[in-house]
This record gives sequence, C-alpha cells and structure tokens, in this order.
Amino acid sequence: MLVDYYDLESLLTEEQHMIRDTVRNFVESEVLPIIEEHNQAMTFPRELVPKIGSLGLLGPTLPEQYGCAGLDNIAYGLIMQELERGDSAVRSFASVQSSLVMYPIFTYGTEEQRMKWLPRLASGGAIGCFGLTEPDFGSNPGGMITNAKKTSNGYILNGAKMWITNGTIADVAVVWAKVDSDSSKSIRGFLVERGMKGFTAPEMKGKYSLRASVTSELVFQDVELPEENMLPGVAGLKGPLSCLTQARYGIAWGAIGAAMACYESSVDYAKSRIQFDKPIGGFQLVQAKLAEMLTEITKAQLLVYRLGTLKNEGKMRPQQVSMAKRNNVDMALQIARIARDVHGANGILGEYPIMRHMMNLESVRTYEGTHDIHTLVLGEDITGIAAYT
Amino acid sequence: MNIIVCVSHVPDTTTRINVGADKKSMDPAGVKFILNPYDEFAVEEALRLRDKFKGEVTAISVGADNAKEAIRQALAMGADKGILVKGDKSDSFQVADMLAAAIKPLSPDLILLGKQSIDFDGMEIASMLSELLDLPAATVAVALNIEGNKATVEKEVEGGRETIQLDMPCIVAAQKGLNEPRYPSLPNIMKAKQKPIQEVSGAPGAKRTEIVEMTKPEKKRANKIVKIDGNASQAAHELARMLHEEAKII
Repeated sequence: MLVDYYDLESLLTEEQHMIRDTVRNFVESEVLPIIEEHNQAMTFPRELVPKIGSLGLLGPTLPEQYGCAGLDNIAYGLIMQELERGDSAVRSFASVQSSLVMYPIFTYGTEEQRMKWLPRLASGGAIGCFGLTEPDFGSNPGGMITNAKKTSNGYILNGAKMWITNGTIADVAVVWAKVDSDSSKSIRGFLVERGMKGFTAPEMKGKYSLRASVTSELVFQDVELPEENMLPGVAGLKGPLSCLTQARYGIAWGAIGAAMACYESSVDYAKSRIQFDKPIGGFQLVQAKLAEMLTEITKAQLLVYRLGTLKNEGKMRPQQVSMAKRNNVDMALQIARIARDVHGANGILGEYPIMRHMMNLESVRTYEGTHDIHTLVLGEDITGIAAYT
Repeated sequence: MNIIVCVSHVPDTTTRINVGADKKSMDPAGVKFILNPYDEFAVEEALRLRDKFKGEVTAISVGADNAKEAIRQALAMGADKGILVKGDKSDSFQVADMLAAAIKPLSPDLILLGKQSIDFDGMEIASMLSELLDLPAATVAVALNIEGNKATVEKEVEGGRETIQLDMPCIVAAQKGLNEPRYPSLPNIMKAKQKPIQEVSGAPGAKRTEIVEMTKPEKKRANKIVKIDGNASQAAHELARMLHEEAKII
C-alpha cells in the first residue's frame, strides 16, 4: 500500500521507482521482522550493516569511483523515507554515515582521504560517526571547547563530544575542533580513527528513544593526529553546518516514512477493530483523525518533493531545509500521537509500530537542530533579525 | 554459458485488481506491477550460473511497452541485456510461440523461467517451449546443478521430490526455494539504464484460447457473532433456525 494521495508516484523516474521499491522490500523483509526485538533489547541491528552497504544505501549520491551509486537527491530522499518507515534508528545510521561522514570526507577531504575511507564506508565495511555536539554546547556549537593544538607534524586533540550516533561502533569519527583559538572561525574537521591512543567512545545507556541505535560520548585525551587526518577543504562553522544541511534534508524525507507507518497501521486498525457493532473507522472522530493524518502527510510529501527538485538544481537554501525538517518531524510526531489514540490500548504494544516511532521521533524532533532553533532560522530569514541570543 | 531468462510483468500481489469495462481484461488503472516473483528465482539462478561458468544472461519478456519494467528489474539484478517481444500475452500458446521464435536464433545453453506467472497462472509456458523448441524441460525446480552438458534438477512432485537429469540445452522452470533472490543494488539499478533492450514485434500463430469473461471473486460475507440465551439445547435449536432461515445455508 502506498500513501500517495496526490499521485506523486507519477513524478518519479523509473529508477526512482525501482530504488524506492527495492528499499521498501528490503525493509519489509529484513528490518521489520527484527526491529522490535532490537528496540526492546536496546541493541543496534548490526547484522543489517553489510546488507545496507551491498544494496548501495550508504553515500548513495556520491560518484561511482568511490563505490557509490551517483543517485539524485529525490532518490536519496526516498531511501531515507523507506528506511525510517522501518525505524528511525536504521535511518539515523544511514543518515550519519552518508551525510555526516561520507559527505564531508568527499566535499572537504583530499583524494587520499576519499580513497582511504569512502569505498569502505560505502560497502558498510567501515562505520563512521560525526562529532560536533558537546555536553555543554548543543544549539550553540560555535561555543565548543574541544580543541586541536598544532604541533610540528600534526595536532593534539582534547575535549569531549556527546549524543554521537554510531560513536562506539565507529571506525572513523569526523570531529570538529577549534585550532589554537577560541574563535569559531578556527573550527576544522579531523578524522579520528578507532584505536588511536587517548580516544574512547563509551555508549550512553538508558534511552527511551532510538533504542535500536548506538548513541555515544567521544572522549579525546591528548589524541595525536597526523597532519593528513585534517580535512583541508573547509574552516569555520560552515563546515559542520553544511553537513547538517545534508542530513536534515534526509530527515525531512525520513519523518514521512515514520508517519506513513503510523498512518497505515491506523487505517488497518480502524477498519478491523469493531466497537458498538461497527468498525471504529465508521465513527466521525476516528475518520477526522485519519483525514488529518493523510492531509498532513500529503503536505509533507509535497514539501520534500519540491525541496528535492531544488536540491537537484543546486538552488536549495539551508533555510528551506529548516522549514521541511521542522514541519515534517513535527507532523510525524503528531501523527504518531494521534495513531496511538486510534489504536487504543493496543497502541502501546510493540506488536504495533506506533509507540516505537513516537518515542524515536521525540529524538528526531530535537536532533540536527531542535524544532525551536529551526523556528528561529526561519524567523531570521523572514525578518533579517537573528533571535538566537 | 548463454542463458535466457523469460520474465513476466505482473500485478503486485498486494494490489487491488478490477475488471475492465470490456469484462475481458484487467483494468490497469492504479495497479502496481512487479517482476513475477517466480521469475525472480529464475533470474537469480541465471546470475549465479553465469558467475560460475561465465557467459551472458538475456532477459526476455512478451508484453506491451510497460513489460520493459520487468526486463529492467532483471537487468538491475544483474542480467546483461534484454529483449522485449511486443505482443498480447493473454493466450499462453501465443506467448510461448513468440518466445520460442525469439529464443531459437540465440541458441541458448539454458532457458530459465518461473514455474508460473502470477497474473494468468497458466503454468504452461515451460512445457510449450519444450515442445516448440524441441528441448527437454523440468518444471517446479527447487534445485539445479550443472555438470558438463547435463543438468540435474530436483523438482517438487506430489508428496515429495524427484531428481531428474536433462541434456543441455534445456528448460528449467523455477519454484520458490530454488534460491534466495538478491535485491538489485542501487548502483546496478542506475547501470540498468545503460544496458540494451532490443525490441521486436511478435508474430504468433492463432490463439488457442479466448477469454470469454472475467469476474471478481464473490465478496466474503461479514462475520457475525450472535448471542443466544438459554441452555445448550435451546442454543443449538436457535442456531439451526438462524442458519436455515437467516443465512439460508441449511
């Protein structure tokens, strides 16, 4: 079943169709049967990584010479949508690897760095993470404390990062740090490798959200980095922020997947659950909920389809991504909450995907720029007056 | 090894089918099409054999223009090239006739196909091809092993399995269980666009069957839970009465 009220299907190319269907089949047969168990046990379905890699879902928009598929941005969005229809944790894994690790290595790295990491990251043979947020610097990343001190042949890295998806299992971390200064203009990206002396990545425990995802701290204590581990192509906050624009683009699509799963389950439930001698889908209050869900999903779909077209044409602005991320994640979370009502008591059971998506989306709402920060991004874009501080 | 895989473009198993206005065809509006699931096993087997013995896999389909999607799916899985035989596929013999005419000049070592297409469900093509091409055929295959010019096929039979040996070239029709078909990888989906699909017009002999009418299966009746007061004997009487007078089935 497709949630496609406005026939967006007919706007897709044959390749985009095939890609969407392939990922959908993959999620139906490989992700959905195991995800609830991982969610309950709070374990990452690592067995999926080689499969995700061999399908070509990692760094799919990058060129073929690095082992990638060279897809357009709508195809990339559809991949994110389908993965998150399975679970936000699986989409988060792929988002981080593609947009926050492979993208900066491709965009700001040397050819040696690209050749060393991109093919392995594309195949799933290596896992990557992205270290920007710190315990005391979330919405204000420019205040970061993590720093790199220039030495004769490289850098000494000190500091800590927090809320890092894939951290504990990563072979390479793209870490942003200030170099010999307090100014955010001195921020550079570094490739910190697993096993480097002084680098540890303990996993954060006790989450009620994204339970099938690894979330970690990264701790750097006098980590010696050779010069060739610095990403030479960018300096300042625009480095990490440009990566986040890529990731948020994928999140805006992904959230639709989670919303579709909640909506589809709600329609099925409403049509089969009998109360007062008729399906609850025959009552006005339930119909209003379903109508609201479908309308919001359709609006969100139109938003990202147009955003994808702009991105393909090289015309997409980060503020437009903020609007889509802000709207679509909020939309998905509201739908998950309404779906929970439609399902009654059953809505809290793992047998249905509702509560899992709802709890996941609570994270998605505040990661990669909180809902409120994206509101301020739009506010600044409208008025020309920044209201962050 | 020169391998031909016959593929069919069929409605998705989960799609809702409606009968067209002529009452003799399916209404294609809103119907999602897929590569016939049994053909996926055939494609997978062909790819594995090609990788083992080297050679080439050609996917061939009879149908309208949109049957190219099924060919493209086979190409995305890894087949090397495709042939679309344009023609009507409502009559099994005509389909087999058009396939045989297109396949014959290619003199393949092996022809693979699904045991049936899930649209018309005729299960006839493998046997008809066998006759038309004068090649041995094994249907409902769950295992295939090739050594030299012999193909050993394990096939399902009522209540068990049968192992048979065929001289190559031969025809093998795949059953579920033959293998685990791969997903087309995204790079291969993109490459499939560059692979050639040759188009030919089918010129089949006369139809052997005529579709007289298509109808949808009768809707399942809604279930009903009835409350009957009284003891077991009274309840049984009441139930019998309802089955007789209301449901009218006894």
